[in-house]
Formats: sequence, C-alpha cells, structure tokens
Amino acid sequence: MAKDLSSADGAPLTDNRNTALTALTNARVGLGRVGASMPTTEVLKFAYAHARARDAVHADFDAETLARELQAIGLGSFSARSAAPDRMTYLRRPDLGRRLADDDRERLAAIRGEGVDIGIVVADGLSATAVHVNAVPFLAALVPLLRGAGLSVGPVTFVHNARVAVGDEIGALLQARLVLVLIGERPGLSSADSLGVYLTHGPVTGRSDAERNCISNIREGGLIPPLAARKAMWLVTESLRRALSGVALKEEEATLIGTAAEA
Amino acid sequence: MTYRIIAGGTLWAFADLKQLMAKATPLRSGDVLAGVAASSAEESVAARMCLADVPLKQFLTEALIPYEADDVTRLIMDGHDATAFRPVAHMTVGQFRDWLLTPAASSAVLSALAGGLTPEMVAAVSKLMRNQDLILVARKCRVVTRFRNTIGLPGTMAVRLQPNHPYDDKRGIAASIVDGLLYGCGDAVIGINPASDNIAVLSDLNHMLDEIVHRYDIPTQTCILTHVTSSIAMIEQGVPVDLVFQSVAGTQKTNQSFGVTLDVLREGRDAALSLKRGTVGENVMYFETGQGSALSAGGHHGVDQQTCEARAYAVCRAFDPLIVNTVVGFIGPEYLADGKQIVRAGLEDHFCGKLLGVPMGCDICYTNHAEADQDDMDVLLTLLGAAGVSFVIGVPGADDIMLNYQSTSFHDQLYIREVLGLKRAPEFETWLQRMGLTDTAGQLTHHGFNHPLLTILEAS
Repeated sequence: MAKDLSSADGAPLTDNRNTALTALTNARVGLGRVGASMPTTEVLKFAYAHARARDAVHADFDAETLARELQAIGLGSFSARSAAPDRMTYLRRPDLGRRLADDDRERLAAIRGEGVDIGIVVADGLSATAVHVNAVPFLAALVPLLRGAGLSVGPVTFVHNARVAVGDEIGALLQARLVLVLIGERPGLSSADSLGVYLTHGPVTGRSDAERNCISNIREGGLIPPLAARKAMWLVTESLRRALSGVALKEEEATLIGTAAEA
Repeated sequence: MTYRIIAGGTLWAFADLKQLMAKATPLRSGDVLAGVAASSAEESVAARMCLADVPLKQFLTEALIPYEADDVTRLIMDGHDATAFRPVAHMTVGQFRDWLLTPAASSAVLSALAGGLTPEMVAAVSKLMRNQDLILVARKCRVVTRFRNTIGLPGTMAVRLQPNHPYDDKRGIAASIVDGLLYGCGDAVIGINPASDNIAVLSDLNHMLDEIVHRYDIPTQTCILTHVTSSIAMIEQGVPVDLVFQSVAGTQKTNQSFGVTLDVLREGRDAALSLKRGTVGENVMYFETGQGSALSAGGHHGVDQQTCEARAYAVCRAFDPLIVNTVVGFIGPEYLADGKQIVRAGLEDHFCGKLLGVPMGCDICYTNHAEADQDDMDVLLTLLGAAGVSFVIGVPGADDIMLNYQSTSFHDQLYIREVLGLKRAPEFETWLQRMGLTDTAGQLTHHGFNHPLLTILEAS
C-alpha cells in the first residue's frame, strides 16, 4: 500500500501515485491531484504523448529512404500521390485519399507488365512514422515467404496522403491477383507507430471494406513484424486458394485459431 | 418548394427546405465532404436569413427525408403532438429563436412544448443561434430521468465512469472503476465499451459490475455498451443487465448500418423493463449518437449532418432513455475538422436534445488527427457545464486506452464542479458522504490509499 502523502492543510500532493491501481492497467489511474486538478508531471506526460501522436499524423512520408531499403532486399518501387494535394485536405477528404492523382495513374498504367500475383502498396495513412519504422521489417519477412511459395511480387507502390482503398485502383492497374496495403494506423496516445496491413482479393475500384482482411497493431510492443508476416502469408495463401477475401475468410480464420487454441 | 431571399442586392435561391437547412448550417467539414455546404460565407448567411422567415408549420408538411422512405420520418410525423405545438404554431423560425430567449419560454413552458417540436424545427432554430443562445436556452430545459438515482436536476451534473480496457481484463477494469469512484465519478452510469462481442465475456463483465454495485450499495446503474441484440440475449439468459445500450442515428438507412430497427430497440427496452432493476425509476435505455454517422453510412439523403443528428434524438426520446450522449469529436476531422467545429457541434447537439426532451450528455472528445487538443475540451466542458449538460464522460487521465481517443478525465469533472458549483445526482452524493469520500459540501476528502473501496480489486 502506497504511503498517504495527503496533508491536512491541502498542500499540493506531488507524489501520491496509487500503485495498487497503476500495477493493474495501462490506463492513467492513480495520478493523484492538486486541488481538483492533475499534477504538473501528469499534464506534461499527457502533452508529450499527444505531441508524439500529432507529429506522427503530420510527419512527411519519406518514400525515398524506404525505396533504398527495399532495393537492398531486392524490391523495386514506384512513388505516387493520391488525389489529395496536401495533408490538411487529405485529413478532411477521405474520398480524395482513396484514388490516385491523374498523372500518377497514367504513369503507373504505362509501366504495368504482364500482371503479378501480389501487388504491394505502402501508404502513409494517418502515421508515416508507423510506415517508416515497420514497413521494411514486415516486407523483409514476408517477401521471402511469398517468393518461396512461387508467387510473383510486383514493384512496391508508395502513395502519399493515401487511404486503404487506393490499393484497389493500383492492384487493378498492376493486374494483381491480390493486393496488400501497408498503411499507418490512427495514432493513439500509447502507440503512434502502429502499422496495419489490408488484404484485398481481386482488387478493383469500388471494393467495400467487408471484402478486406486486416492485420492491425503491427509494431514492436504490439504484433511484431515477423509474426505479422507469417499471419499475412497464411491469409495470402488461403485467399488465393479460395479466390476471396473479407468476411468469409475472417470467419474461417477465427475457427482455425479457435481449433489451434483447443489443441 | 423553392425558397428565395434578396440580401446584399443579390437574389439567393434554394431548391428546397433540405438544401436551405444545409446551406444555413455553420461551416463544418462533413457537410463540405457531402457536397451540401454553402459555397460561400455569404450564401450561408443568406440561407440563415431565408430560414428565419420559414414558418415552423412548414416542417410538418415538407419532409426533408420522404415519409414513405424512412421510418424515422414516420416516427417524427406520426408522433407529433399538435396540442403541445400550439403555443408556437404561428411562429417563423426566427420568431421562435427570439421567443426562446425571452423569460416567457420558462422551464415549465419548454417542458410542455417538447412533444410539439420536431427535430427539424429544433435543428433549424439552432442554425440561427449563436453559441451563447444555445447555452442560455438549453440551461432552461429540464429533463429529469431515474433508474437508481436522479439525473438532470437543476444545479447537478452526472458523470459516466468509463473504465475501458483493450482486452477486457477484469482487474484492469476494476482498477479504473475504483479510481473513478475515489474521484466521485459514476453517477450517470458505470459503463464499459467492451473490446469483445462474445456473449460469455460480456455476461462476465455484467456480473462483475452487478457485484460491485450491490456489494457497496452504490446508488447507480451499470451498462455494457454492446449491440442491443447482445443485451437482449444476455437478459434472456438471466444475466443482470441494468441499462440496454445502442448507438442510433437519424435515418432508417443509418440505423440499418448499425444493425438496428425501431422494433429491435423496442424489444431491447421491453427486455430491460422486464427485469425491474431500477429502484427509483424506469428509464432503462442508454443511447449514443454523433454528427457524421449518417454520411459515414451513406444514409444522409443529402440532409446536413447536424439535422441528421437532431433526428437521432427523436429516435432516442421514443424509448424514454435514462441518458443519451453525443460522442462529438470521435468520428474524425472529415466530419468535424477542428476545436471550433467540435465546440459548436457539442453545443448544438446538447441544445437540440434538451429542447426535444432528451436527457442529453456529451462525450467531449477528439482524435489525434483532428485539429484539437485538451484546451478545446476545456472550452467545451466549461460551456456545456454552463448550459446544464446532464452528464459528461470520466476516463482515467482523459486517455481511453481501448478506443484510442481523448475525452474528459476524472479531474476535469472536479474542475467544472469547483468552477460552477455543480452537484452530483443526490442519491450518489449522499452515498459518497456515507463512504467518507466527500464532505458535506461535496468536496473530495483526503482519504488516502486505504479506502475500503480498494477491496473491489481483491474481488475482481
């Protein structure tokens, strides 16, 4: 039991974290109070976490560095922009983030080849930080698995100011059997670098979210990239085998995981 | 019917009431996204001038969403109380605003009027109001509801204790509950947003909350904020459910996207009533709403998001809820872009709900990709406190680690009580004093870390 530092004269309480509570949850419990208010240290800790999340939302997407890192693991890439001209427009116009800028669509259409099994899109989404930190470790684990299974992988398409659905248009242009979209998730105060991966079979503009599968919270401290890659490989294999993605695949996944847990 | 007005030497025309309402709405990103916003600041004010001249009666004949196409429109039109409407039946929207601001529109008069107002009338008048008008009129409205305590009495504000946990860990949840109770929170409800939708997990959480409330004889109610059909299933299995929760919206199509119909809501309410768990009243429903949900679900019919939101309150009031709250900044900057838009929307929602007779609270909140921060939340909390908000949310440190957004903290509610002298629900206030957590003035005592409530942790 923590020592009670309260004082009869109402002096500020600065060291009264209630450890009986804080040990049980990551929620901000047992903070103590100064009068009615939050102690200075807690106000500043909160502000720091919020600042980190804000910076992640507004960070510039450094596709050039990522392109060099992917080159090192044998992946070519292509850099594009969504139809959202800048970050502030992107945040308010999800529709623009879901499609490519016109000139990039033409450039991508011009370089497409014979079609590929797997199209890969890396989008900044709501956290470029998440992509900077986690995209390469994830792909470094996944691409050997894909190639080992005899699947062809197209050039990675980087998209600035993009939402998940931009992968439908890109996948269709690449004539990919399925598309994987790696995207920065909405940052929370406790995690500003969480990556999501969305799988869509038969990508074509107009697919609904119910037709996708998602692996979320990919980061050190969450689902670590190598494990996420193995999960993605399972989803890719099953999606191609059954020629579908989305809710139907998700239900089967739940059953398989349930069976594994019982075994 | 076309609406026209000459302003500043220009003839402004609006194709119908729906378009007029949308263009008269103070700017927000969701209406721009939907393509229904005014194309200039001047057009927006011209639309407000034009709307001010529209008779309130017009809303009874010109439906914004067709009667045949939408069960919420039918609920509104069929449930309209013409007798209650009579005192304002001759007014235009502008005259209605002027009257609302006078002493003639007293608390008693406004209570009697509520059934005669439609959400569209209330939304329309709100569009003509400045923030101070929204506060002044809402403050006069009395909406009092009861289950195990009394919410909405003048001079009081309740708090929902929101002890969420990313994977529903019972000890983690218990720690947040104890923390909140020690700060005097929880009179609106102790309500968990579960991560799971598994009935066994939800039932377990319900039993845990029931045990806490009964072991410590706390005059409050609990709720697991899961889909109404899950609550019905639990009630059928004998699980102790106090309040039945559901997110609702202002159009049939949006409610369909939530997987609910008015009939399902009725079943949920009947199921909760059958348990007779309330001790001082029978308000058994808890609803949440929020501007932008209709557009997000593709169910807005070209109606502006604030009017869609007001229509949601017509759904709520049909089921005599204990509490309703707008989760005002949760949906993201594509609907409410920044602190200014969130503050405005919070005041509009509270005003519209109260005028319609709904026990309106607010989750004063934002996400990290909106242009807002805790300072904006302080502004809205202070304004809503002045407006007489029925309840606000209390989350440990304002940081919800399950839903990943920021709301108001246990400390925030203490702040507004101190500044405005707001009391808790009286039954809960008495309990806090009995437990030695507050003094006779309602101030928190220095109880230290060995309060008997900490035994909740051992039981969980």
